[in-house]
Order: sequence, then C-alpha cells, then structure tokens
Amino acid sequence: MAKPGKAADAAKGGKLPPAKELLQYYRDMLLIRRFEEKAGQLYGMGLIGGFCHLYIGQEAVVVGLQACAKLGDAVITSYRDHGHMLATGMDPKGVMAELTGRAGGYSRGKGGSMHMFSREKHFYGGHGIVGAQVPLGTGLAFAQRYNKIDNVTFCYFGDGSANQGQVYESFNMAELWKLPVIYVIENNQYAMGTSVARSSAQPALHKRGESFGIQGRQVDGMSVVAVKEAGEEAVAHCRAGKGPVILEMMTYRYRGHSMSDPAKYRSKDEVTKMRAEHDPIDQVRALLLGNKMVDEDALKAIDKQVKDIVQQAADFAQESPEPDPSELWTDVYVEA
Amino acid sequence: MSIEILMPALSPTMTEGKLAKWHKKEGDEVKAGDIIAEIETDKATMEFEAVDEGVLEKILVAEGSEGVAVNTPIASLRGEGEEAAPAKKEEKKAEAPKAEKKQPEETKAVESAVTAAKTPAPELKDPAIPEGTQFVSMTVREAIREGMSEEMRRDPKVFLMGEEVAQYQGAYKISQGMLDEFGPDRVIDTPITEQGFAGLGVGAAFGGLRPIVEFMTFNFSMQAIDQIVNSAAKTLYMSGGQMGSPIVFRGPNGAAARVGAQHSQCYAAWYSHIPGLKVVAPYSAADFKGLIKAAIRDPNPVIFLENEILYGRSFEVPKLDDYVVPIGKARVAREGKDVTLVGYSIAVGHALAAAEKLAEEGIEAEVIDLRTIRPMDHETIIRSVQKTNRIVTVEEGFPQSGIGAEIAAVIMEKAFDHLDAPVVRVHGKDVPMPYAANLEKLALVTVPEIVAAAKAVCYRK
Repeated sequence: MAKPGKAADAAKGGKLPPAKELLQYYRDMLLIRRFEEKAGQLYGMGLIGGFCHLYIGQEAVVVGLQACAKLGDAVITSYRDHGHMLATGMDPKGVMAELTGRAGGYSRGKGGSMHMFSREKHFYGGHGIVGAQVPLGTGLAFAQRYNKIDNVTFCYFGDGSANQGQVYESFNMAELWKLPVIYVIENNQYAMGTSVARSSAQPALHKRGESFGIQGRQVDGMSVVAVKEAGEEAVAHCRAGKGPVILEMMTYRYRGHSMSDPAKYRSKDEVTKMRAEHDPIDQVRALLLGNKMVDEDALKAIDKQVKDIVQQAADFAQESPEPDPSELWTDVYVEA
Repeated sequence: MSIEILMPALSPTMTEGKLAKWHKKEGDEVKAGDIIAEIETDKATMEFEAVDEGVLEKILVAEGSEGVAVNTPIASLRGEGEEAAPAKKEEKKAEAPKAEKKQPEETKAVESAVTAAKTPAPELKDPAIPEGTQFVSMTVREAIREGMSEEMRRDPKVFLMGEEVAQYQGAYKISQGMLDEFGPDRVIDTPITEQGFAGLGVGAAFGGLRPIVEFMTFNFSMQAIDQIVNSAAKTLYMSGGQMGSPIVFRGPNGAAARVGAQHSQCYAAWYSHIPGLKVVAPYSAADFKGLIKAAIRDPNPVIFLENEILYGRSFEVPKLDDYVVPIGKARVAREGKDVTLVGYSIAVGHALAAAEKLAEEGIEAEVIDLRTIRPMDHETIIRSVQKTNRIVTVEEGFPQSGIGAEIAAVIMEKAFDHLDAPVVRVHGKDVPMPYAANLEKLALVTVPEIVAAAKAVCYRK
C-alpha cells in the first residue's frame, strides 16, 4: 500500500530529481494551488456560479503525470478539471474567465467550470457525468491507435467513478484492443461524502483491472516525484503498444467536493493532519531547501510570479465582457 | 400416412426465403434432428432440421428455388411403423405451424401495405435527381451498405463498429462483405457494451475520426443514451465550438414483428428532443443511401433510424456516382390537394397505401416523407397545408410528446389560419408493445386508421 509520504521524508528513497525539474513541479503545483484559492475567493464573491470543484491537495497527480507527457498526448478528466487545464498549458486567463462565464473564457462562457476544452493543448474536457469521460478517453486512445501515432491518452477519474459500469466496459475494450490509455484513478478517498470504504467492495482500486488483465499500481499521489516515476513506467508500457495501465493515485482534496459542500463526513483533524504532513507542495519545497538546491529567495520569486499570473487571470476574468446574447444560438451545430 | 414438411419461418420478419440446398434426397431415411435442407432468409443461411422421423417421400420444392413463402409444403415424409404414432405427431406438428402462420401474416399485412402503394401510383421522382438518370432496383439493406462503403472508400477516417458487424456479417446483414473489403481495423466487432462503445465512438470522433456506431437495435441505445446526449450532442456547445463530434449512430428502430415490448420502440421523438443532434429516418432505399452518406459527412452527431421491416424492401435508386440527399429536407412522395399525410420511416408506406385507398373514394391525399426529423423541414409541411388545409400525422411511436405532437404545435404556430380542421395524429398505441399477434396488430399504426383520420379531417364519412 502506497501510504502518502511525509514532507519530512521526501528526500528519502528514490532518485532525487535535478533542481530544475523540481522547481518546475513547484511552480506548476503552486500555480494550481493559488489559482484554485483565487477561484474559491471569486466564488465567495458571487463572481463564479454553479458548481465549482477545487483541486487543492491533489496537485501532484496531474503535475507529475503531465511531466511524463509528450506533445500530442491527450488528456481528459472529470469536472474537477481546473488543475488539468493549467497543467496542460492552457492559459489561466481563459480558464478563469470561463469560471466567471465571460466571453474571454475557453468556451466563451458557455461551458463553465466543468466544461472546458482545448484542441491546441489536446485537452478534451471537462465532463460533468461521473465516469462518462472513461469511454471517451478510451475512444481518444482508439483514435491514436487507428491513426498509428505514437501518442497516449491520460484518462483521469475519481474513486467515485470507479464504481460506474462504463468504466469496466472501457477496461474490457482497451485491453482487448491494446489501446494506449493510462487510467488515472485519483483516489481522494471521498466520492462527494461517501468514503471509499463505504462504497467499494474492493477498495484497492488499482486491482479493479485485474480480471481484464490490466496491470495496476498504487502510487503515493501526494508525492510528485513518486507520481512522475510511476507515470514514466505507465507511459512506456502504453507507447510500446502493450495496452492500458491503471494508476491509482492516493491523494486527498482539502476542500469540499464542491464549494457548497460543508464536508461534515470527515474530521477537521484528518484534513489538518494531511495538510501538515503530506502536502505535495511542501514536500517539493522541503526537497529543494533540504538538499540546498535553491534558497528561499528563489522560491519567493516563483511565489511572486505565480501570484501575479493568478491576479492577472482574476482581473481578466472580471474585465472580460459577458458573452453576446447572440452566442446563445451559436455552436449548437457545425455548419455542414 | 405422410407428413408435410413446411417452409419454416426463421426470423421475426421472414415471409419467404430461398431453398438453397437439400441435404437429403427422395427415399432417404430422416431422423429427428437431421439437417435436411439449407434455407436462406433475409438475414442468413440457416440449416433446417427435421422434427419428425420417416423416409423422405417427395421433394416438392427444388433446391435453388427463391421466394418460397413461409408454410409452403416443401417435402413430404412417410412415417414408419404403426399409424397411431405418426398421426399423433402430425397433430402435434399441426399446432406449431398454426402459431407460426400468423406471424408472417402480420408482417405481410404491413409489407403489403408498403408495396401496395408503390404499384399503382409510382412515387414522385426527386427533383434533385438530374433528368435522364438511370435507376437501379435495390433493397434498403443494400442501399445502406453501399452508402457506408462508398463513404469508407472516400474517407479513411470513417470506420464501422458495433455488435456482430464484422465476422458475423451484421446481425441484419447490413454490413455483409464489409469486413472483407475494409479489414478488421475499420469494421470492428465490439463486445456487448453499448454505453462503452458509444462513448468510445464519441471519444474517437473528438480525436478526429468519423465513426459509424451500429446499435443492433435502437432499443439498446438506451444503455448508451447518456453518451449520445451528454457527450456527443452537447460538447460542441460546451466547448464554444471547439470540439464537435462527427459521428453516426445507426441501426433498426421501431417495431419489427412480434419481438415484444423491449425490442419494438420508436426513438425518433426521444432523440429529436435534443439540440445538437440530427435525426434522420428515411423510408425509401434511395433516401437511405443518400442520407447515410450525408450523415457520415455531416460534422455533427447524427441519429440514423432504420427499420427492420424495410430492410428487405426494394426501391428504385438513382444510378449516380455520388448520390447524397441533404439532411433537413422532406420529400413530397405523392401529390394531392385534399389532405396532407405526413410521416417518416415505415409510416410513409402506410400513408402511401392510405392515399391509394382515399383516391378510390375521391380524396386526393398529399404524402410527405419527412426523411429528417431534426432539423424538421417545416416549410414543406406548411406549404402542403396551405394547399390542402388539412393534415394528419402518421408515426409508429407513442403519442405523448411525439413527432405528431410536434408537427401539430408547428402547424398551430405557423399555419393555424390555413387549417379547415384540427390536426389529427395517427400513432402507435399508448401501451408497451404486446407480443400476441392480434394485439400487436392493434398496437401498430394501420392503413384503415390513417384513412379514417383523413376522412375525418375532410369531414367525410
């Protein structure tokens, strides 16, 4: 069982990545963290409406895996998707403006928090029906194989999705046809308010592919270094044409399921302990400073840079106009 | 005492078949369970086993005979031993065909209605077809296959996937031969996993391919409807125009014959409710061919509704290199001035048959084949109502929130002043489809119902 590593232990075991790489993780995770905090703030101000699912706490998963991706690899996920968009290189301004429902958003204000896409970055959404992205992601991998290109699909879903039937329909076809798809189960322990223990007969979710012959691995999803290492192995497997892989990322969300979730189903202590001992950003920070790879000032410079990016995104998201009323009628069909 | 061996019904819609081969010759001894002949149905070649024992006395229908009607005596069997046993068997056997007999009759009633309309009053030629075009007779099944194959030859991104589409050659033989031509990378047998492969198809469309996803019947598409509605139909909008899904979902829709409530539903109204989807439901082979090609080329998700009873029907199809029928255009299948009958899919055949009957009584009905349910061609319907001032809608689906209800609303909004009588809907009865032959007949739309409705709006008795 891959227990979440502690920040203090971060340097122990495994190879220590070079400073440049760690700094990149630090910067990318911090961007997601600060972006999500800002989104929460804007939600509180009534500037973001509807559902808003924050990724805070889970940053290491998408940042570590995205570090294994190459140009053209596809990414698809659920509605907790802001982090994935930022990690694939989508513009924080466009993402934040979509959250505020403005014309400058990625979907011109018509998608919202749960529905953003970027063909350019090969990010395929942003899907609001629990588990629906799993067959879709499998289809993206099908297209990659059909087109005989050397790309893979990262198909993210949560521990809640893992109990949807269509996930297993997808596993079956993916293994049957050896599709290049990495099923990333972000096990943040709670499907909304229901813990894995209360919902899953087989709580070790990486074993859920066993009957299909899909190899699965449980990974400390709070450690970006561990995620990266597991991701490299999975990507190599997929690119070699050996079919799908399951990575169960043991992670944790600090916030509620959505902004309106009081999270009464877990104790404050549990959250506090997780934050204090396993925070993915603190772990990288500890590695960088503990190994004297950088000094505090270098990290502060990154903090400042990230803060500026997020502030600019927030400003843009408020300045961008609402979509023109005529937008109501566009994009229903592509002109044939 | 000899026992008659009858031509068997080997599929729900089979009314006749080819006696492909005799495995026994006259004078041969036959045991129960022996394969005595091969019968070619509309779907497959089936082995026909003997039920009774005896000696094959006489072959009444030679091998190679085509169009042998179900329940025709094809051979006689001389029973051996005492008379009592064979006589008893015969009695028992007499029961089985009796039940079977009804089934083809039901189908025939439907089909004769379909064909009846064709013979006396040939359908209007599509004005879009150039003058001097040659026509070739083709079944709906062949038309769909040709349309798909032509598009697959034209565009390597087009592929076909579904249950039994490849090695089995199609549950309804639609994709027969396509595996041979296009290979297993492009004609793909899926597991029985509708939600999975529908979603996979949508994902492949996001990824730049042009999938044709076959549902063995649209009844099974309910397993997949979330992927069709939430993923295929809405993503273009949700992505601000970035991520369309050019995909065709196709397969037989509506009632076949005696297959019961879970295999007999029409889904035209369901899918037509959804912005982002196009819904096509042709009637003639020409339209099936031209519209499947248009559907495959369309950059949007298209629901392509076929009909099992129509698969074996032949129609004249224009002999053109690239015959594409535009989505969203209805067709006037028969001109008339007294009343408009508007329908889609198999109901067009019923409407044409009704028009024929009405003509005998001096009522000239105009028949409109919608061809596309969404986007619906309001203009053609309204133009007809402006002329006839009366309209009857015909559909196989349920009445509430149905296509007829939609047309009635459109007429209210756009042509109310042209009406001389209220819109009348003729539709499948508001009950799950029963199995019993007589009840199924009552549940389905019938020609006499359409005739009665047309007379009612004409205030004729």
